[in-house]
Amino acid sequence: MSDLPSARQIGRSIPRLEARDKVTGRAEYVHHLRLPGMLHGKIFRSTMPHAIIKKIDVSAAAALKGVYRVVTVDDIKTVLPHPYYGPAFHDQPVLADGKVRFAGEPVAVVLATDRKIAEEALGLIEVEYEELPGVYDEMEAANSTTLVHDELKPAATFPDLQHLKGRRGTNIALDYRLRRGDVEKAFASADHVFEHEFRTQQVMHIPMEPFVTLADVSNGHATLHTASQSPSFVRIEIARLLGWPENRVRVKVPHLGGGFGGKLYIKLEALVTSLSLLVRRPVKISLTMEEQFFMVTRHPCTFRIKSAVTKDGRITARDCKVWWNGGAYADIGPRVTQKAGFTSAGPYDIDHVSIDSYAVYTNRPPAGALRGFGAPQTAWAYECHMDMIARELGLDPADFRRRNILRNGRPQASGTLLRDADIEKSMDQVMRHLAWDQPYDHGKGRLRKGRGLAIGFKGITAPTTSVAIVNLYADGSCALYISTVDMGQGSDTVMAQIAGEVLNIEASSIKVIHPDTDVTPYDMGTLGSRSTFHMGTAVRLAAEDAKAKIAELERDLGLPPGSNLSVADMLRKKYGMQAGNIIGTGSFIPDYQKPDPQTGQTSKATPFWGVGASGAEVEVDMETGEFTVLKLINVADVGVPLNPHLVKVQLSGAGIMQYGFTTTENMVFKDGQLTNGSLADYKIPSLLDMPKDYINEATASNDPQGPFGGKGAGESTTIALSPAVGNAIADAIGVHLLDLPITPETVFRAIQSKRNKAEA
Amino acid sequence: MSTQRLIEFTLNGDAMQAVVSTKDTLIDLLSDKLDLRGARESCGQGLCGCCTVYVDEKPVSGCLTLAWFADGCSIRTIEGLAQGDKLDPVQEAFIEAGAFQCGFCTSGFILMTKKLLEEHPDPSEDQIRHYLIGNLCRCSAYPEIITAVQLASKKMR
Repeated sequence: MSDLPSARQIGRSIPRLEARDKVTGRAEYVHHLRLPGMLHGKIFRSTMPHAIIKKIDVSAAAALKGVYRVVTVDDIKTVLPHPYYGPAFHDQPVLADGKVRFAGEPVAVVLATDRKIAEEALGLIEVEYEELPGVYDEMEAANSTTLVHDELKPAATFPDLQHLKGRRGTNIALDYRLRRGDVEKAFASADHVFEHEFRTQQVMHIPMEPFVTLADVSNGHATLHTASQSPSFVRIEIARLLGWPENRVRVKVPHLGGGFGGKLYIKLEALVTSLSLLVRRPVKISLTMEEQFFMVTRHPCTFRIKSAVTKDGRITARDCKVWWNGGAYADIGPRVTQKAGFTSAGPYDIDHVSIDSYAVYTNRPPAGALRGFGAPQTAWAYECHMDMIARELGLDPADFRRRNILRNGRPQASGTLLRDADIEKSMDQVMRHLAWDQPYDHGKGRLRKGRGLAIGFKGITAPTTSVAIVNLYADGSCALYISTVDMGQGSDTVMAQIAGEVLNIEASSIKVIHPDTDVTPYDMGTLGSRSTFHMGTAVRLAAEDAKAKIAELERDLGLPPGSNLSVADMLRKKYGMQAGNIIGTGSFIPDYQKPDPQTGQTSKATPFWGVGASGAEVEVDMETGEFTVLKLINVADVGVPLNPHLVKVQLSGAGIMQYGFTTTENMVFKDGQLTNGSLADYKIPSLLDMPKDYINEATASNDPQGPFGGKGAGESTTIALSPAVGNAIADAIGVHLLDLPITPETVFRAIQSKRNKAEA
Repeated sequence: MSTQRLIEFTLNGDAMQAVVSTKDTLIDLLSDKLDLRGARESCGQGLCGCCTVYVDEKPVSGCLTLAWFADGCSIRTIEGLAQGDKLDPVQEAFIEAGAFQCGFCTSGFILMTKKLLEEHPDPSEDQIRHYLIGNLCRCSAYPEIITAVQLASKKMR
């Protein structure tokens, strides 16, 4: 177009568009928002993990001066006869409906104009329960006669779950299977068979901005201001819940104080909307830090993995059985079960693969998506398993991987060919940083050193859609209308760079309109590393559409092609004054082929592959089990880094988060009760925990199907980090840990058990 | 039941009055009554630093300090840092180093960094890590925060 040419936008580390707002305390979050006439809601929660509710007495609470109303599910049912919600299953009542399924489940809400009064009134509510036996462990629940739900209720929005409808007598919400080749035969003729069982713990996202929703429902329309990663989904689900058309539900999302997968699909929105519908006033609920642990968590899992290996180190078959502890409500657990299931044999070229992945209901807080969608849990198992096999066979762990690594053009377990995935290159880069080919001194005496590496990959949720609008105003300035949520990953900035690149406009001058479903078009959600690839492509298409319309306008005005007239001048010429718009639209849905339900086979399982490799060097005190990570390396294939600084911060930040999940973070339960729901007892990484020598880099890569070669970056470094640390510890102490988190105590116990075995 | 009381204080240099109850924390006062957004309650236990403000130039956790105690004090918040359009060097350094992602914890980090640099104008990396231990960033922009502190130190010397 004819505006003054500017520098290239792609590949530049321009600061975030909202940087100034964030350093001056002016950035907009729902956290601060208040509306006239607004009531605060405080949630009364179950103290029982599994029980029938015999009686709820709210009279004393309702009588407290300043309390507007105390609400139970019976009140909600007067306006919403079936107040159940959820993305995969409609299994979650907005407030407990006759039964509680985990300790911490919402049972009643106190509404008051004064938050403190609402909080005080909570202590006056009395509930009588009839306690039921609980199931907390996924392995126990998979075969238990104690049932969390009587019947499975899949949501209509997920057509592939319909066969589960009405299934009774089980805690298994979904059984995913993949079959490739003849696993039985391969095991029967194997030189070696290795089998191990690994477990990961329950952890939580801990966004610094706790979950918050403000709903204003009146006269047949609803407006929600919510800290959500998926405004379009919230609108669809709230419209379904209310039985209204989508155009009567408006969902607005400003900046998010962190999401990490927690604020996906539908969370507080269902309850808060129901409350506002009931009392006809705006209602806001902000959770406390402790309450966040009862909203959503990451699945603990048990993974039994078995491999058939030839004497020269080729894996011929692998059998994976994964049980996901989904807690009391399915949330997006069934999708985690499928998506992490299909890559759970790891990034290896194996002819015979069998995978069974089970979503299991238990009486724990619900589990959903968390940065990696299950991939980090499965990689913990398959990558520790790789090192354990290498050790048994006397092979170098990197060499053993290289003999089996999945290369571009070869079929992954689903049958989908790997493409544009730098798995081996990532491993090579990690090895260089660890000087892997050099002799290594493990040290002697009390302090022992070790090093380890791991690789991993993930498929991306598919098929999903993004729609974008580019609007050039009468003066030629540009705005981008997208429903991607900027929760810190920098999507506003990168999307502006993509639009700016096409239209030759300085990215920092582009206004990005934040999600508002009355204004911004559909997007499936800001999740699973999909935004750069999906929304980025939609934005590129929208900008190209606008560019084509500018050329059309040029022709309509009888101007020679490539005339120097600016958009503003052309519009002025057309309308006779500063008026009009040029609007470009774009929408994108990648190719996808539904997997065969019996075998999981498909030619197109994922739009692209997320790839990460990690390496670690540790020092362990053999007397105490204390360990220090001396060096930590993450290498990811992110395609072309569209904004190198933002990519690096993403890789590094995700890595530190995963380091917390590896070493300190663990939701501890006793008899179904969470015992450490606070930052005092549940430790997330601080500046002191970050390894001093911490390296994050991208491979020199390019995904030709992504916008300007880019693809997702938000999860890649979460996948291989835990097993890299685990393998380094094993290298130092000579024995493998099977469970996360790795703590001085678990390391000490492992050292002791090895010593005891040696003595015996 | 809580008791109400009128307190007087200065907020970013301006004289103010407010009626507060015995239960109100400083963060309640700042966000609910004075409509400021920069200090935010997150952990509610004084462990994350998102609610950091200065009372008589001393950094405190707004979620643990009772509003009542601010009577007669000077309160300074992130909103009072820039002079008109001119950002404080620490704010500039945080932008230049790209030292945040979601930004929810940023106000607290910036206010603590200012104090750190008052006490240690040229801090070592260890000093930075230890001084900022009471501020948590879940997006974990920690490496960039260290760079920002070092950059701010250079700007201010």
